Amino acid sequence: MLIRFLWVGLMAGLLAGVPTAAIQHFTTTPLIIQAELYEQAEHSDHAALDGPTLLQGGAVIPAGYLLAHGPATEGAADEWAPDEGLERTFYTSIATIITAIGYAFMLLAAMFLAKSEITPRTGLLWGLAGFAAAGLAPSLGLSPELPGAASAGLLSRQIWWITTVVTTACGLWMLLRISTPLAIGIGVVLMVVPHFIGAPHPELLTSEVPSELAAHFASSSLVLHAIIWALAGTFVGFMWQRGETPAEQ
Amino acid sequence: MISASTSRVSVQSNARTIALTMFILGAGLVFLTGFAPSTTLHNAAHDSRHTLSFPCH
Repeated sequence: MLIRFLWVGLMAGLLAGVPTAAIQHFTTTPLIIQAELYEQAEHSDHAALDGPTLLQGGAVIPAGYLLAHGPATEGAADEWAPDEGLERTFYTSIATIITAIGYAFMLLAAMFLAKSEITPRTGLLWGLAGFAAAGLAPSLGLSPELPGAASAGLLSRQIWWITTVVTTACGLWMLLRISTPLAIGIGVVLMVVPHFIGAPHPELLTSEVPSELAAHFASSSLVLHAIIWALAGTFVGFMWQRGETPAEQ
Repeated sequence: MISASTSRVSVQSNARTIALTMFILGAGLVFLTGFAPSTTLHNAAHDSRHTLSFPCH
């Protein structure tokens, strides 16, 4: 049983993560790199100049500084960061695939605990619910941000993000799985409360990044988020049904 | 009969424990890529954190 769970989750995560990482490489990552140029210009007096790096598009930026930026990581320019090009793509892809495996594990576990049928079709629906909870709901308060965008303290945003995702997921569960009038009422309240309290925002909404770039990134990011959840759910159902397991226990 | 029923309950309970463990393991993986405060992990997962709209920086 344990082996089957691990196998299905790992394979579903891989099958969802690899195409998402590929799409990410051609859509959101170039926007992030572009935004970092604006951020770079703003912070150039703090830069750790280990030698210039040529980015795609021909822009020259100082090496060793690109990923160590913003107040949360200021002074951390000497920390390890992947080199531009293949190494950065590699680590970004690995991070996306690991996240997809995490989503697949959680989806499979939730479907199993809910005694749901586990098929590609139900998996897709659970995946879309996951996207609603972890993608759409927090984006109502904290839109997907590019580097250099103005934002409130990291910890407060992380706490709000996690709270919103958990309460939305619980709310959806009560609405869609329990579905009594009382459960529906509680579910709606759970989903609304984080937005009623409000996400943490900075006092001044200043940004070094052009708004067109930020808007493009926000919409692309949400689509990527929808893709990773939908694929993770679908492949969880697909792999579970295939029963591809080295040794069921 | 009682023994078979007890065994079935035990198997179901075992499967639930495994599912719960998987859920926690999945959440742990997402925490590592999306939230872990380590600068090295942040730098490695930086672009994915932004793309998947985890709060970053």
